[in-house]
Amino acid sequence: MSSTIVSLPDQSTARIPKVNYLTKENGLLSWLLTGDHKRIAILYLISITFFFFIGGALAGLIRLELLTPQADLMATDTYNKVFTMHGVIMIFFFLVPSVPATLGNFLIPLMIGAKDLALPKINLLSWYLYLAGGTLALYTMMTGGVDTGWTFTTPLSTHYLNTNVLTTGLAVFIAGFSSIFTGLNFIVTIHKMRCPGMTWFRLPLFVWAHYAASILMVLGTPVLAIAIVLVALERTIGIGVFDPTKGGDPLLFQHLFWFYSHPAVYIMILPGMGVISETISTFSRKRVFGYTAVAFSSVAIAVFGFFVWAHHMFIMGISNYAMLVFSLLTMLVAVPSAIKIFNWTFTLYKGSITFETPMLYSFGFMGLFTIGGLTGVFLGTSGTDIHLTETYFIVAHFHFVMVGGMLMAFLAGIHFWWPKMTGRMYPEKISQLAAVVTFIGFNFTFFPQFILGTLGMPRRYAAYPPEFQILNVFSTAGASILGVGYLLPVIYLVWSLKYGEIAGSNPWQATGLEWQIQSPPLTENFVVTPIMDHEAYDYDWLEKKKEKEVVTSVG
Amino acid sequence: MSDSPAIVHEADHHEHPAYLRHHFESVEQQADTTNFAMWLFLLTEVMFFGGLFTAYLIYRNWYYQAFVAGSHQLSILWGTLNTGVLISSSFTMAMGVWCAETRRRQGLVLSLVITFVLGLVFLGIKSIEYSEKIEKHHVPGFHYSLQSFLDPDSDEAAKAAGDKPLPLDVARHTEVYFSLYFAMTGMHALHMIIGIAILGYMIFRAQAGAYTTGHVTFVENFGLYWHFVDIIWIFLFPLLYLISRHA
Repeated sequence: MSSTIVSLPDQSTARIPKVNYLTKENGLLSWLLTGDHKRIAILYLISITFFFFIGGALAGLIRLELLTPQADLMATDTYNKVFTMHGVIMIFFFLVPSVPATLGNFLIPLMIGAKDLALPKINLLSWYLYLAGGTLALYTMMTGGVDTGWTFTTPLSTHYLNTNVLTTGLAVFIAGFSSIFTGLNFIVTIHKMRCPGMTWFRLPLFVWAHYAASILMVLGTPVLAIAIVLVALERTIGIGVFDPTKGGDPLLFQHLFWFYSHPAVYIMILPGMGVISETISTFSRKRVFGYTAVAFSSVAIAVFGFFVWAHHMFIMGISNYAMLVFSLLTMLVAVPSAIKIFNWTFTLYKGSITFETPMLYSFGFMGLFTIGGLTGVFLGTSGTDIHLTETYFIVAHFHFVMVGGMLMAFLAGIHFWWPKMTGRMYPEKISQLAAVVTFIGFNFTFFPQFILGTLGMPRRYAAYPPEFQILNVFSTAGASILGVGYLLPVIYLVWSLKYGEIAGSNPWQATGLEWQIQSPPLTENFVVTPIMDHEAYDYDWLEKKKEKEVVTSVG
Repeated sequence: MSDSPAIVHEADHHEHPAYLRHHFESVEQQADTTNFAMWLFLLTEVMFFGGLFTAYLIYRNWYYQAFVAGSHQLSILWGTLNTGVLISSSFTMAMGVWCAETRRRQGLVLSLVITFVLGLVFLGIKSIEYSEKIEKHHVPGFHYSLQSFLDPDSDEAAKAAGDKPLPLDVARHTEVYFSLYFAMTGMHALHMIIGIAILGYMIFRAQAGAYTTGHVTFVENFGLYWHFVDIIWIFLFPLLYLISRHA
């Protein structure tokens, strides 16, 4: 780790630019009524971090309860509420908006050379909707919670539970609109706001990944909305669309729900993959290997992602033929994911690799996502799935993808673009430590759960047979390490806001348009509309540009 | 910053109209962009109603007899009338867009007012239909009554359609039909109510002279929304009212 590509300006003379998007206007109202995509991204970042720690605290409670085989820390129905709220908050209020609403919001206009997203007011509205949904979710948690599991399974949710199903459903419904508006805004922006010369195949892969995720948000979320509306109508007036006693079919709810919620998994992972494409290229100083393949694999994941939903229902009584088809399609979706992993690996090959924090997180992503993805293929095989479903194997699988994948990517992205967002560097050594601690803690937490799953420990129970205790103790211990790994960045990133080194406009020597302007950027991003006259990830172009700049400044 | 990336100066632009938002290069780009956004939004609406149409498709195939009997309880007269009302309102809305484009303020206000009134008429007729269902206990839930289907002679509408008494297990499935009827028309009515509220706001603004200065995007996009709601009804009407009425 001796070499580094970081090049900072001379700290004795460097200053943060006086005029930037943070200092342009002051006062609370200038933030609450802003149309600036960068400020909205910061608002999102703060609120998302808040919800992440609420969800994290609930995860901590779950792990504490599972430290011992008996249900002794909390009553079993409290446990049900805790894991439900953990799921609802982490999925709808952290993972779905995590990278898109913060980094995507901040970066897409910068990367395509636009002054803002196409619809700034809608962008702000989406944040308010997110906040309204989140507040409502917290309110339901305070006033008794909900214990359906985050999947709102009927008829449990419509007939048998007397908890806050309606208000939680409403919270998710509202947050869904926030997600629709974000996706819609991205698609329109990427289509209509690109600067001259910015063709589709010159877009950074981060933008491609967000484009694919946006398609999923726009097409999938409304289906979740109607499913929730029908559940609400069934709970309140008692219509019979999902009620078997009236001739309705609960399986229809599963179809509608997973038609959104499976693609939602790709909403959660695709933007993270976009981050990884950027960091891998920057820290190995090479154009991403097979740019076109990586770009199209994002779209392929989005398209295939819509046709695999019934693999969540293999034990719910769908027909054998449906099982066969959905099993095959599930395996097909592994192909574009593998294309990405292979292409990133080839990007590393003969690259000049350095190990700054974002790169460490990216390596974490590649390893953990591969494990998470491959166990997904196990589970897509119907026979194996019937054995493993509803056990901890599933829990481990999706945490490898979501936490090991998306959260690692989120942290990689936050560190990578932190100097652009704030104008200051985070402290390198301690953040490298945090990345390593996170990786170790993660594996300690979730790898034992794979074993527990294969041994047959069911998910969603507060108690378990005593022979599973040792692995559960491992898992809980790992969760404590993981918690430290997540707390560290919060502390040193806040610290760096005041004491971090001045970053200058391009500390990583990266090629994206966002790195060619001052950090933090101006409110309108570019002084003059840029013209894109080179390919993405063109490091030769960057070298030539630097030479010219040196010449001009000397002359 | 000598020559790369090359530079487009903004200073040599012509004067901008006030409605051009700061982040767009030109009025055309702005109109194009918001239009595209509206179409995308309508796509999400298609997916939203798509869930209901899927449910309808499945249950109609399973419970065809019950769906036929259920549909006989709807008044084709009111339904047809409402279809006419809604199509007329789409026409006046289109007139409104045209008036805005050709900068006819009075024409715009008049078209919007007529659209507004026709929207209200639609909801009025819908509420008459709903109240009939409530009186007959055809609203799904605790008070749902099967009498019209078990004993069609006791029910005028069923009698007029020549319904035979249904066995109990078949008759029970009419509740699924009415579940879908209320969910679908209810969601449609909700969209109408939102549309009418926006129309009210637009009438107010149009009187003050907005939309007739060349900036017609809002009227145009609202027009798209209104036509979309209309089209949803065009599908709902045959699916719910005319199940057994084909030749």
